[in-house]
This record gives sequence, structure tokens and C-alpha cells, in this order.
Amino acid sequence: MRVAALAFALLALAFPAKAKDELTVGLSQFPATFHPMIDSMAAKSYVLGMARRPITTYDKDWKLVCLMCVELPTVENGGARRVSLPDGKEGMEVTFRIKPDANWGDGKPVVADDAILTWEIGKHPRSGVTSGEGYRRILKIETPDPKTLVFTSDRVTFSYNDFSQYDFIPAHLERARFEQDPETYRRRTGYDTDTANPGLYNGPYRITNVQPGASITLEPNPHWAGRKPHFKRIFVRVIENSAALEANLLSGSIDYVAGELGFTLDQALALEKRQAARFDFNYVPSLLYEHIDFNLDHPILKDVRVRRAMVHALDREALTRQLFEGKQRVAHSFMGPRDPMSAADLPVLGFDLARAQALLAEAGFDRVVNGIRQNAAGERLSFEFGTTAGNRLRETVQQALQSQWRRAGIDVRIRNEPPRVFFGDGTSKRRFQMAMYAWFSSPEAVPRTTLHSEMIPSEANGWQGQNYPGVREPEIDAAIDALERELDPAKRKPIWARIQTLYAQNAWVLPLYFRADPFVIPKWLTGIEPTGHQYYSTLGVENWRPRP
Amino acid sequence: MLRHAVTRLVQGLLVLTAASFAIYILLGLMPGDPVDLIASGNPNFTPDDLRNLRELHGLDRPLVDRYLDWAASALSGDLGYSRTFSRPVLATIPPFLANTAALMLVSFVLALVFGIALGLAAAANRGGAIDTAINAFAFVSAATPTFWLALLMIVLFAVTLGWLPASALPPPGEDGIWDKIRHLILPVTTLALVEAGEYARHMRAAAIDALAQDWVRTARAKGASETRVVLGHVLRNALVPVATVAALGFGGLFSGALVTETIFAYPGMGKLIYDSIMASDFNLALACLLMASALVIAANFAADMVYAALDPRIGFGRARDDDT
Repeated sequence: MRVAALAFALLALAFPAKAKDELTVGLSQFPATFHPMIDSMAAKSYVLGMARRPITTYDKDWKLVCLMCVELPTVENGGARRVSLPDGKEGMEVTFRIKPDANWGDGKPVVADDAILTWEIGKHPRSGVTSGEGYRRILKIETPDPKTLVFTSDRVTFSYNDFSQYDFIPAHLERARFEQDPETYRRRTGYDTDTANPGLYNGPYRITNVQPGASITLEPNPHWAGRKPHFKRIFVRVIENSAALEANLLSGSIDYVAGELGFTLDQALALEKRQAARFDFNYVPSLLYEHIDFNLDHPILKDVRVRRAMVHALDREALTRQLFEGKQRVAHSFMGPRDPMSAADLPVLGFDLARAQALLAEAGFDRVVNGIRQNAAGERLSFEFGTTAGNRLRETVQQALQSQWRRAGIDVRIRNEPPRVFFGDGTSKRRFQMAMYAWFSSPEAVPRTTLHSEMIPSEANGWQGQNYPGVREPEIDAAIDALERELDPAKRKPIWARIQTLYAQNAWVLPLYFRADPFVIPKWLTGIEPTGHQYYSTLGVENWRPRP
Repeated sequence: MLRHAVTRLVQGLLVLTAASFAIYILLGLMPGDPVDLIASGNPNFTPDDLRNLRELHGLDRPLVDRYLDWAASALSGDLGYSRTFSRPVLATIPPFLANTAALMLVSFVLALVFGIALGLAAAANRGGAIDTAINAFAFVSAATPTFWLALLMIVLFAVTLGWLPASALPPPGEDGIWDKIRHLILPVTTLALVEAGEYARHMRAAAIDALAQDWVRTARAKGASETRVVLGHVLRNALVPVATVAALGFGGLFSGALVTETIFAYPGMGKLIYDSIMASDFNLALACLLMASALVIAANFAADMVYAALDPRIGFGRARDDDT
């Protein structure tokens, strides 16, 4: 044993600790592709945040700011204006000036032609772009000079200057590849066939090495004109198993685990109890909205009294306090509390068991047999409740809810399925009674796909749309349509408030909580600023440094 | 023997072809598709986006048509394109296969050598303290779940003592052979320890059986030393049943490697299979599962051949005719 111990000790001495000019970040997913427009994985957004910059982004205060542009164009400063379109409708014209010192990693300047190639790829129906809607809305792009872009869009919308998902693709490297055959471009893109080419990146870092499924190496981009990044190399190591991720952090193989794609909340809470001396713990409310969809076509669940009773029967405050130590806020609407359009005075369906019981009796379920309510026809108040099997935290919440409902005489039977079955055959085809999952959104995201009646999936429309509960509410439809066209934030606010009020009052969906991203940051590392939205903290990677 | 080998190879190819069809259809019949997964958490995809993606990936076509297309391409050497790795399947698999091969081969050889040595030692000291200790090790080894031992190794040697890394792959900055060895010590030890007990148990039984044979008595009567009896006579004969167990165990090692790869965050075939199935990456999952099937077929084939090489009395084809 002593010999073995000595041998291990010698091995350990042979490999001294790394200097702090390198950083190893642990991540729980590997990007499927490095092309910014193909696939929409969070892991890719996280890594590319270090290597690429879009035109705009939302900052940590959820304020829209320029990244690649000189000034954010607005109607007020003349950078944007309403225009009449040839078909008689109204559209918008928005002018962006690209930063004069914005360069690709090979020294070539970022120019308007790069934005035009992005648009051509984005609107092509067979290019494999995951979400092409934003590009299809652009009718034309004019380029008065190589650093100026004038976008004309097909509608008037308040998000006219939000180009946070508009990436630049380097035309000098990628145009020929795309034009050769747009349909097979996704298989030939330089981002996947020549990933280490510096010309593909315009951020503070560039990707220099990729080991598929395992790690990504980034090094500073010498042509980056912004703040000089500190780390000479950043290694991103992908470890999907959360226990292994934690072991690697504690053993020093990894310096920092990505707050957005690393530990689960319960894991971080447990770690904090043991490792508070080594790490700073920061729980940032995110846009992930955990909720339960009621199927509004269910004969019992279509009764608003039953749905409201089901919300009143739950003590969600106690649930989050006991399971999440109060780090996750109870939701009363789909809109995050940090969103500027979040309504402050929503009708809250709080815990009120007596009210729940009264509502159920009013709905006809006034008899209790073996602890479960029944109506005059002998129908039991019983529902199937599904979520993604294997998600330990979700399944724990589910059991707690089941127990709380039981006290009100509501029988809930758990029926979980693997994610691909749950989403593939369950929610998207509306084969559920109650389904618990999360939506990931963005600041001031219009709920068209989830609440507009045109978006109810059905066999007739080929199961398209994400209004899984089946909300059919003319007032919501009209409000959504009006919302998008209203440019004045002050006038949008009451529309948003009305939508959220209707959402809360009608209980089409049972809001649970907004998830919190646990940031476990080593005490020696500074500059990481959690955002809580989909534009990750890596967009400020140049500010990451060791504590002086 | 050559004829038999060729027959077995042809049979193996037929089994692989049938397996490819079964796997493709089963994967395709699973509810949901990659596009559903893309849309599952994000409410911003429009119906047009989802329709375009389904058409692009051929998901709107009948499953059998898709399989036939795949089979035609596979016959020309193209196993398709991995959607989750954005590269051809044939270019995706080799680094993962190499990693798993390194892990499995080193573990296999270590487990085999260690297990055979322990089994022989136990048989030679039957009923003694050494035999009891080795039996206890074999019992504990067989009863120990791979994931538990792996976690124990990490907690002890990586987190508590800090002697060895918790993951099995060195970061890109550390590419030396010693880095790789250092990172492989824990997963290889885990796999080898779990398998070694099994080999020791079988080797002990086979060696005890051999030690009771007349020819061993004859060898001893001729004055051969105990070492020579055990290594020169017993070992060769006892290896025959152990070879079969080892060959089948090699296939089993693959499933053990899956768990080990997950816990040690090792990018090998086990992890690749799991990820490709979860992501509905048909082409990649099919190729990986076929490779796993081929490995089992090859292991059985190797067992047959080794069996014959170790015991010339065992033959094929004509020998069986003679027996009848």
C-alpha cells in the first residue's frame, strides 16, 4: 500500500498545477455544429459567445445593446422608421452601422456583404437553418457603403432593432461554399470542415482545436479590437454526467463549470454546504419557465373552476422553499419577473385549500369517496400527470404536487415518458391531460406560438404550433396581434398586463416557478456576469480574469 | 477449419444485415423525431421552420424507403451523415472507437492476466488461505457494480487524495503519453477489477478440474516440478473453457465500458451510442449499434478459433462427421 501511495504521489508531483493564464471550463453538452445558424443548442451558443459577436444583444440588465454596431437604431434617433411597402402594407427600415474596427480573425474587416450572406442562408428554405422566420421577415438589405446596412422588414414590430440572433457569416470564406449547393451547405460549412480557420470568428477568441464530443480549445483573436482578453487559452471540456462534472471541479481538472449549462440547482445547493470557502454561489433567475399545461379539451379540465381549484390547492411557496431553499421564484405568469414587461399586480391564485374545495363543489364534485371527489354521475376527479422521465428534480416536484392535490380530493396519476416520447408523441400531438415541462424564452417574447388560437396543433394542420393546452381566446389573439405592432413601450405595457391577467385568471396553464441557473464560480475568478437570458455570460468573456 | 471460418463469416454478415434493418426500423418507430426535440423547449420555432427541417432531413418519408436509401449508400461505403456531429458517420466514429479500443483492450489484457494468475494460484493452493482470499476477491469483484467502483475510485483517488484526474481524457493542452496513461489509470483499473474476479473464478474451476486428470498424475509421477505441472500442463488445458468465457466477456466489457465511459466522461463508443439514440441521430446510432453487434460476432468467432487452437481434438466440419 505504501509503495502504491508513493507511486501515486510521484505521478502527481510530475504534473504540477496549471498557471492561471489558462482556464478550463466544464460544460454538460457538446455542440452539434459550430455554424451559428444551424441548430440551436445552448452549448453552441455558450461556446460561440466567446468567439463570435452578433449585431445586438441583451445585457445583464436585460437591456438591448449594440455589440457589432456603432449605435442602436431607434425611431427616436432616426435610425429606424416606418415605410410603405409595394403591397400597400407598412414595414420598417432600420439602419445599422457596423463598428469600423470589427474584424475577422484572419484580419479581414467585417462588412455588409457578410450580413447579406447571412440573410441569403437564413431565408433559404433548404439550407438547414433551424429558425428562418427572422430572416424571412427581411424584404431587402441595402448597403450604401461596406460598413452600413439598411434592413427593410415586412411588418411593423416593436422588436425592429433586436438583431441579437442575426449573426455575421464571413462571405470571403463561406459564400462560395453556400452558392455551390445551398441544400448541402450544412454539410460543407467551414465551421464544421475547417473549424480552426481564424477567419470564421470575429469575437475576442477563436476556436483553434476541437476534439468531437470531448473538448474545444479557444485562443485570443489577434484582430479583436475590444478589450484584450486575459486568458491565453480557454479549454471547454464536455462532461455530461453531473457527478463527474463535480468530481472534476473538486479535483481541479476543471476550473469553472458553466453556470448556464452545468450543475442542477439541487447539486449546487448541496455543494454550497461543503465548498463555500472555495467558490462563490450565485443563483440567477432565468427565462426557463416550469409549468403544467392543462389539456383544455379534457371534459373536466375545460371547466375553469376545476383548473382554478387545482392552482389554489397547491402551496407552491412551500414547495420551492423546501425543495429549492427559496432560490427559485414561484411563477404567476409566463413572463419572468426580471422582464421589463412583467406585470406587477397580477391576480394571484395562491394557496387556499378551502377555496379550492369550494370551487370543486361548485363544479359538481361535491362528494368524497375514499378520499377522492366525485360528481353526481360518479365521475372521479382523477387525471394523468406526465413529465420527462429521468429528470430527478422534476419527478420530485411531481410527487410533491400529487401529494398536495390529494389533500383536496384530487387524484393525480403519474405517467412519465422519456423526453423524445413525451415531446414527440405527447405534447406536440396533445395526447396528455396534464403535462409538466419548461419553456425557454427571451426578454419580451411574444407568446404567439404558445397562446394564439392559430397555433393549436391538430391533425388537420399537420400538428403544427405549440399551443399545446388548446387556448382559444379571441381577446388574447387580438392582444398578441396588437402587441407586435405597438412600438411605444409605454403603450405595450398595458397590453402585456392584460395578456398576463387573462393567463392567470383562466388558469389554462399552471405556472410553477422560474428556474434559477446556479453559478458556482471559483473565488479566484472574476468578471463572469450571469445574464439570466439566452444570450449567455460568454458574450463578456473578455472581462474574465483572475482576481488581482 | 478454413471452410468453417468462411461459413461463419458469411453467417455473421447475414446477421449484421438483418440487425441493420431491425435497428433502423426500431429506432424509426420510437415516438418523436429530432425536429420534435429541437422544438421541445423553444416556443420560437414557427410551423414553417419545423416543416422545412422535417423535409430536409427526410423525416416526412416512409421509414422503409429511408432504410433502403441508407442500405444502398452503405453498400457503396457511405454510412450517411451524422446530424449531431455535422460530419459523415465514417469520420465521426474512429476517434471514439480508438478511445474505447484502448480502454477495453488494456482492461481486458490486465483482467485476463490478473484473473488467470489468481485462478491458478487459488487452484494450486486449494483450501488454503490464499485460495480463500482469492475466492473472496472473486466474489466481491463479481458482486461489485461498475458504476459504484468507478465512483469510489474518483472519490478516493481524485477528490480526496488528489493523486489522479477524475476524468479519463487529458485536456487538449496535455497531449503526452504520460498524460494519457495517468488519465486512463482509474477507468482501466475499474474495468479490470470488475472483470478479473470472473476470470479468476473460471480459471480456478478449470484448473482444479485439470489437476485431477490422469495426465497430471502421470506428469507428477515422471518427476515434473509443481510449477512445471501447473504452467506447462494445467494452464494450457484450463485455458480452453476460460477462452470461451473471455471471448464472451470481451463483448460484455463493452457494456461495462459504457458505464465507465459515462462516469469518467470518456468519449468512447458507449457514450456515442447513448448520445446518438437520445438525439435520434439514426445514421450514427445505426452504425454504432452495428459495430457493437459486429464486435460480439467477432468475439464469438475468435472464441471458436482459439478453442480449436488450444485443443486440437476440437475440430470443425469433417471432425464432427468423424464423431458421428
